[in-house]
Amino acid sequence: MAYALQQLINGISLGMIYGLIAVGYTMVYGIIGMINFAHGDVFMIGAFIALITVLLLQLGGMMDGPAAILLVLLVSMAFTALYGWSVERVAYRPLRGSFRLAPLISAIGISIVLQNYVQVSQGARVKPIGTLVPGGVEVMRDGPFVVQFSYIQMLIIAVTLGVLAVFTILVTRTPLGRAMRACEQDSKMASLLGIDTDRTISLTFVIGAALAAVAGTLYMIRYGVIDFYIGFLAGVKAFTAAVLGGIGSLPGAVLGGLLIGLIETFWSAYFSAQYKDVAAFSILVVTLIFLPTGLLGRQEVEKV
Amino acid sequence: MMPADEPPRVEEDGLTRKMTGDRRVHREMILEVANLTMRFGGLTAVSAVSFAASRGEITAVIGPNGAGKTTLFNCITGFYRPTGGAIRLHRANELPVDLHLLPGHRIARAGVARTFQNIRLFPGMTALENLLVAQHVKLMAATGFGIGAVLGLSRYPKAERQAVELARQWLSATNLLDRADDPAGALPYGAQRRLEIARAMCTEPALLCLDEPAAGLNPRESDELARLLLEIRGQGTSLLLIEHDMGVVMRISDRVVVLDHGKLIADAAPAAVQGDPKVIAAYLGEGDEDEEAEA
Amino acid sequence: MTPAQAIRDAAIAAAVAFGLFVMLVGLRTDVGPEGGLILRQRWGQVALLCGIVFAGRLAITTLAGRRALQPSTAPGPWTARLQRAGKLLAPALLAVALVLPAIPGIGRYELDIGILVLTYIMLGWGLNIVVGLAGLLDLGYVAFYAIGAYSYALLAQYFGLSFWICLPLAGILAAFWGVLLGFPVLRLRGDYLAIVTLAFGEIIRVVLLNWTELTNGPNGISGIPRPSFFGLPFSMAGGEGTFAGFFGIEPSPSHRVIFLYYVIFALALLTNWVTLRLRRQPLGRAWEALREDEIACRALGINITTTKLTAFALGAMFGGFAGAFFATRQAFISPESFTFIESAIILAIVVLGGLGSQVGVAIAALVMIGGFEVFRGLDEWRMLVFGGAMVVIMVLRPRGLVGTRTPSIALGEKRAIGGDLVGEGRG
Repeated sequence: MAYALQQLINGISLGMIYGLIAVGYTMVYGIIGMINFAHGDVFMIGAFIALITVLLLQLGGMMDGPAAILLVLLVSMAFTALYGWSVERVAYRPLRGSFRLAPLISAIGISIVLQNYVQVSQGARVKPIGTLVPGGVEVMRDGPFVVQFSYIQMLIIAVTLGVLAVFTILVTRTPLGRAMRACEQDSKMASLLGIDTDRTISLTFVIGAALAAVAGTLYMIRYGVIDFYIGFLAGVKAFTAAVLGGIGSLPGAVLGGLLIGLIETFWSAYFSAQYKDVAAFSILVVTLIFLPTGLLGRQEVEKV
Repeated sequence: MMPADEPPRVEEDGLTRKMTGDRRVHREMILEVANLTMRFGGLTAVSAVSFAASRGEITAVIGPNGAGKTTLFNCITGFYRPTGGAIRLHRANELPVDLHLLPGHRIARAGVARTFQNIRLFPGMTALENLLVAQHVKLMAATGFGIGAVLGLSRYPKAERQAVELARQWLSATNLLDRADDPAGALPYGAQRRLEIARAMCTEPALLCLDEPAAGLNPRESDELARLLLEIRGQGTSLLLIEHDMGVVMRISDRVVVLDHGKLIADAAPAAVQGDPKVIAAYLGEGDEDEEAEA
Repeated sequence: MTPAQAIRDAAIAAAVAFGLFVMLVGLRTDVGPEGGLILRQRWGQVALLCGIVFAGRLAITTLAGRRALQPSTAPGPWTARLQRAGKLLAPALLAVALVLPAIPGIGRYELDIGILVLTYIMLGWGLNIVVGLAGLLDLGYVAFYAIGAYSYALLAQYFGLSFWICLPLAGILAAFWGVLLGFPVLRLRGDYLAIVTLAFGEIIRVVLLNWTELTNGPNGISGIPRPSFFGLPFSMAGGEGTFAGFFGIEPSPSHRVIFLYYVIFALALLTNWVTLRLRRQPLGRAWEALREDEIACRALGINITTTKLTAFALGAMFGGFAGAFFATRQAFISPESFTFIESAIILAIVVLGGLGSQVGVAIAALVMIGGFEVFRGLDEWRMLVFGGAMVVIMVLRPRGLVGTRTPSIALGEKRAIGGDLVGEGRG
């Protein structure tokens, strides 16, 4: 029981990170109908920028307290957003309205570029940063087993919920959100109605990248070690989460992220850690066989 | 108004009817739609529609927008599985086939071909290739399902020659012979419409279903189309068409079925339908009901 | 664009570049002597990069105009020439490939590259059936490559079967897995299919990595037997029962390389031959029709599931052949060789070459893989350039190098069909 509770806490905090990245996938998919294959690497870039910011703050002796973490988050979001913007500018905008596979390949190219760019500029070795937020709260004790709700996990959950709340307001209550939803429905019509689709799509990438930066920062703080390759697996998992939830659906992305996080954690805890990825992917495949558009995805109506 | 001549016998099984020797029904009926109902969630698009299309005739399905014509069509051609009722195809000298029980791709094999309201050709393939794809089922059998063809067995080249010959016939019937090697997507609109009909005919169907074949055609093209459809009927293929162009419908149809709000409101000869007060009411709108519903 | 505008434009580009590079290039993290991370400052490199971006942007806008960076599906200047030379180009490439081992100056190293390029050409042609002809987006093609490789390695290890028996078995097993995967998922459309195939590729890799008892896990399988020349092994010792001994020639290590070269050459040609042949058959036409419009196919009586399945299985089979060849050539395989990036590279070759075009795929493989090997000296920069090249080629030629489609049959003369008309599938 206590063990399961601990796994639940771990699973939710991991799932939140996946959910944040998945939102970026699903937003971009919703608006341009394409997979942003470089998104996982944008997440990795976010983690690296956060790491460098932390080191800078440590040099200045300012790396403590919530304010410092907020600052790290903001710096990482700002610089990563610029990467998101550039990805759209370089790999997507020139190919808008072109063949579907072309942007996919150019995005894979960008993904290779980003990975190797970080490898070249920062080195291939893993970067251990150590524990930045130590400690936690003891939730429950069951014999020798202590259920720990660490401050990092609280941070992850609080930041994620906060960011998602802001983001939800942004999408549902602001003119930008309206423009985004209009482009999602019919971008040609939206542009005829005077919506600057270029700007809206750019902003979608920027927001997606900023959310990935939050995820990257939280990941870096949580695990204390990153390398240039973390983007691939996290990206694939988050993409899986987005598809599982129903790609294009924002609540679906968060739900999918949580599910993937929980499946992975519980599978590792009770079966075998080695096959946790297999478990996550298998559940995706099985879900899609029965629900071809994911859990919360809109049913595609076949127009004849 | 209910069909005057032959009310479809819903309850009877086609097989027993054949055994009991009621041959007349078989000769005359190509398609039997019995109590067909199609619901999408709470919306009933087609509600207990029954009619029969006669062999060797052109049956038109008309009705105001949203009357359920295309839904009916999609049920007949296997794109929707009806919520209730039955659709049977009666080919000459064959047992009736329950179309509503067949998977989508079996419908064409049973002898029902269709065209689409918004043309669905293979735009990157030439007109000729489009017509050869239509003969896929036949050709595939001749190749020994792909294996024999790779090995270069001799039966295939002959089958292909015949297929090309059939395609050539339909290309010339639709006046497209000189465009045979052009990609379908590059043809003008009217030619695409004709090519789609030619493609459907290359499946050698017993029943050809046309979804608004005259939409977007100019008067001259409409005339050509009417001539083409009569020619197809003349060759022994029965036709079922949805059409808004009343000129075409009244000129070529042998029988007109009128739907409104998913229900059958008339089924008679063109002239009789034209004078039917119910049909006129459906088109002109009974009171303001329609406008309100659409607004 | 006036000079002032061009300079302003370039300055903006440089400012963006500064934003991109300032953190990740300007500050390098390294593990310090005490195990903690230290920062190293490299502002000179940031300035250099920004300068390059400024100059590059300025040069492009002033010399070529902004138009130069617009994508185009119109036939490029080379497409027309390529088409005219097309009838000659394919046989010419073929002839060069055929006599390559005999060309003076072609040593072992060059032949190894030749083998590598041919392997990718074969993989590209195999995937071309799935993606280019049938329009099914497969992001996990490497799984079938892996299945082929491991099939041979394991069959040889546990049952002592020879390469020539295992080669067809590897293909059949890969095709079998293709059907097994394809059957439930092929009704998924577009990106859902893409993610499921990607997931399948990862599942296979993770299983190979962790099923240590069978596959030896991350350490891989070594000592995979080399193929024999119709029963005659290649051996440096020479002697009676060996290749060199039988033909009475001096034993040389290059014999085996030349032999392997011709094996993959033949396998690639087989792939090409089957594809070209099927394209002119009902099955191949049905694949292309499926790519163009699935719903119309259904209305014509084509069984979509089985048609997709045949494409998927056939593509998988050629992947399996290539995998078995890879295993025998390397004599060592490990899960590391079958990562997603391999799938991505093969897919990139297909798309860059031009969907459905056999010659295009061959040229793309030659350029990408050959070029990649030529720049071996660049070390870690090489992948960076590789990815950048993918982006640039795609942006400039979204439809690939050969973006046109040749009809499979014609009453008169076969005329190429422009890429903008040809569909690319939704599934």
